[in-house]
Order: sequence, then structure tokens, then C-alpha cells
Amino acid sequence: MSTLQTFASLIYLISAVCYVIGVHLMRSPKTARKGNLLSGLGMIMAVIMITIELIVEGKIMIGGWIALLAGLALGIIYGVVKARKVPMTDVPQLVSLFNAVGGGAAAAIGVFDYLYADPGSSLSLVFSIPVFLDIIIGGVTFSGSLIATGKLAGHVSGKPIKFPGDRLLNLIAIIAIIFSGVLIIGFPATWWYLVLALVASLVFGLLMTLPIGGADMPVVVSLLNAFTGLAVAFAGFVIDNQVLIIAGALVGAAGTILTLQMAEAMNRSVANILAGGFGGGDSDTG
Amino acid sequence: MTQQLYTNLAIFILSLLVGFEVMSKIPATLQTPMMSGANAIHGVVVVGAFVVAAEANNVGFYVLAFVCAFFAAINVAGGYTVTDRMLGMFDRPKNDTHKKDDGGEQ
Repeated sequence: MSTLQTFASLIYLISAVCYVIGVHLMRSPKTARKGNLLSGLGMIMAVIMITIELIVEGKIMIGGWIALLAGLALGIIYGVVKARKVPMTDVPQLVSLFNAVGGGAAAAIGVFDYLYADPGSSLSLVFSIPVFLDIIIGGVTFSGSLIATGKLAGHVSGKPIKFPGDRLLNLIAIIAIIFSGVLIIGFPATWWYLVLALVASLVFGLLMTLPIGGADMPVVVSLLNAFTGLAVAFAGFVIDNQVLIIAGALVGAAGTILTLQMAEAMNRSVANILAGGFGGGDSDTG
Repeated sequence: MTQQLYTNLAIFILSLLVGFEVMSKIPATLQTPMMSGANAIHGVVVVGAFVVAAEANNVGFYVLAFVCAFFAAINVAGGYTVTDRMLGMFDRPKNDTHKKDDGGEQ
């Protein structure tokens, strides 16, 4: 490792520690705000470090800088303005929206690296498996969270939405996801495998969230939040970046526990809530 | 299995375990802020946006890098800001000096 890489790795490690301690502090009302600020500090450190790395290495092209800085600037402005202006009652749908774009960003990394690989070349499993998982999970959380946002905001009916043939379509989406996985993992890279994986995961996310009632939405948002964490962790495998793996896995696991607690607080089980989504006819999803 | 894959897999699994362990029973009022805080942490995907932007070498990839950076920036900047705003409501009744709304992280 070069001196810069060693230094960068240590900074990423410190920022990962900030996330863990941040989550730890957020468990109690007294220290929660400090915890969030600490995890934000870790985030700023990671962003500054990657910026320094890119500048020193000088590999990034001018077009890349423009795309990156324009995306960051617009995203930060949009995110901060929304987060400050939104009425307190509308916060859950905003969190769901932020979660959707997080999943979208993770999926975009998978899409990028799959397309970046030489067309027609056979991919190593070390690369193709995380790419597949990243795109599928990211795609499901992207469309699922957007529907959840719409339901919480009232743009989409809060009632469970079912239509004739939805279970069949669900089954087709699952088969298409598995099929796209076989293609992406087992065969040389071709762009339409990617399209199949993307479409199937987006449709599945939609079908998973539509039949769930508005009252259960916070639990679903929390579950999708944990999913996004996993998608980010797999994106970390794809680009071989440990801070993404640590933070993603941390959110994936902590988010799962949180989801179980939220469901318990509502006297519901997660399986029961999702049963609406997967067409379990027996349970009343209210 | 390569050394690199083993290292990443070990980090992944141990971080999962840390995630399970660090979340103990939390009060119901903190559930939504915690969800939002965790949501902000996976905004670390913004680091990945930098990495792909560095690889981009044609218009299609520039567009993809832009989308990735835009989405990730919303996630991370909005996530921390809104979490801080929510948590700010907890200490406001006790302590009026905290009234200023210092939301932005980025």
C-alpha cells in the first residue's frame, strides 16, 4: 500500500467506528443527537478522504468531475432543503424517499460496473455475485420505497392494492430475477441481462409494497431501509471499498432488529405484514 | 478464494454481527429517528459515487455517475439533516439554548 492508501484506509476505519458508536449513542434520547452528529462527522471524514484520493491519484477525467460535482451539488441542495422545509408530520415519507434514492445509488454502482466490464468477457464470481445482489436489492428498495413514499404521502392509496393476476405477476417477477441471476453470474456480460434484472427487481419492489396497508408502512420503510444497507454493502464488494461494506452491513443488521421492534410495538409480526405483499390469502392485512 | 475476498467477507459478517449487537431494545419514540439515522448512514454509498465517477470515460458513464452522485447526495445530506431535526425536538423542551436549527452535515 502506498502512504496515501494506508492513510486513507485508517481514515475509513475511523469513520466506520464513528457509525457504530453513533448508532450506539442513538439508542437513548439523551445522547441520540450526539450520536447522529458523530456518525455525520464520520461521513464527512470519508467524503473528504475520497476527494483527496481522487485529486492526488488524478485518474478522474474532467467529465467525471463535472458529473460528480453537479450530482453532489444538486443532491445536497435538494436533500437539505427538503429535510429542513418539510412539515414534521411528513417526515416518514421523506425518510422513505431518501431511502429510495440510496437504493437507487447502490443499484447504479452495480449497473455501472457491470457495463464497465468488457462486453462478452466472462466475469469472475467474486465480481458477478455481488453485482447481481447489489442490482436486485437496490432495485427492489428503489421502487418499493417510492411506492411507500407515495402511500405515506397519500399520492398512492393507503389501502392494500390488489388486482387480478397480481400473484401470477409476482411469481413471474421472482422467476425473472432468478433467471437474470443465472445469466449475470453464469454467462459473459451482455447488457440485456442487466435490463432483465433491473426490470424484474423494480416490478418486484412495486408488487411487494402495493398490497400492504398504509398503517403498516413505517415497518415496511424500516425493512426496506435494512435492504438498502445490504445493497450498499454489496456495492462495497463490487468496487472493493470496505467503508461501504461496514456501514452497509451495520445498517442491514441494525435495521433488521429495528424493524422487528417496530412491528412488535404495533403488535404485528413482520411476516404477517409482508404476507399482504406476497399474497398470503389467510391473513387479514388490515 | 482470494485474500481480498476473504477480507471483505470477514468484514461484512463481523459488521453484521456488530449491527445486531449494537441495537438493543430502544424506546418507541426513538424508533423513527433511529430509522432515519440508519438511513443516513447507508448514504455512505456517496463514496461509491466518487469511485465510479473516477472510472467514467464516456457520456453514458458520465450520466450514470451523475445519477449515482445525485441520489447518494440526497440520501446522505437529507438523511443527516432530517435526523438532526427530529432529534432536536427531544432536547428543545428542556433546554432553550438549542433552538437554533443546525441541520446540515454537508
